[in-house]
Amino acid sequence: MIGYALAFGFACASIALLLNLWRLSIGPTIADRVLAVDTMVINTIALIMLYGVYESTTMHFEGALLFAMVGFVSTVAYCKFILRGDIIE
Amino acid sequence: MNLVAEIAISALIVIGSVFLLVGSIGLVKLPNLMMRLHAPTKSTTLGVGSILVASMLYFLFVAGKFSFHELSITIFLFLTAPITANFVAKAFLHTSDDVQQALPPSATAGVGWATFDPPRDDAKL
Repeated sequence: MIGYALAFGFACASIALLLNLWRLSIGPTIADRVLAVDTMVINTIALIMLYGVYESTTMHFEGALLFAMVGFVSTVAYCKFILRGDIIE
Repeated sequence: MNLVAEIAISALIVIGSVFLLVGSIGLVKLPNLMMRLHAPTKSTTLGVGSILVASMLYFLFVAGKFSFHELSITIFLFLTAPITANFVAKAFLHTSDDVQQALPPSATAGVGWATFDPPRDDAKL
């Protein structure tokens, strides 16, 4: 049963990533693109965790945690750059 | 592995995936950025939290060991999602002039939107 749920989860996360990519390419303003990339990071974390359950290994957790941290820092840095034209003043 | 744990893990994975998909559909379908902000920051964060809880239950009941990694990722995502949304909204407000013109008046008379105020003279940086 977990196998079917995992297949459904992989499908949903992949379609979600494609939809985010669509918004990233058409997004009218630059804030839309930043938001799309941030959502892609969260969807990728979900995909990594689903893969960890699929492989039944705890090896990918550190990767997911690093992905979460780098995604957050990069989003904030990009928004700061849009706002101030500089990241560290 | 008992059946109840299997059903719970499967249900959590399916619910989380549906939330992920709803968040991304909202990101594509909603008309402007201020509405679009709601979909990823709420729905997608909840969905990934559900999947992380499912993973935690899986390793607790299948491998027989309790792992804290998922909990730390969940807490980190739940803490950072509002900060990200605030920054994106602020960047959007500062980059689009027509949106700034259409902002409703602030509740306090004589005081504007704090993010558009010039820095005070006595502000210590």
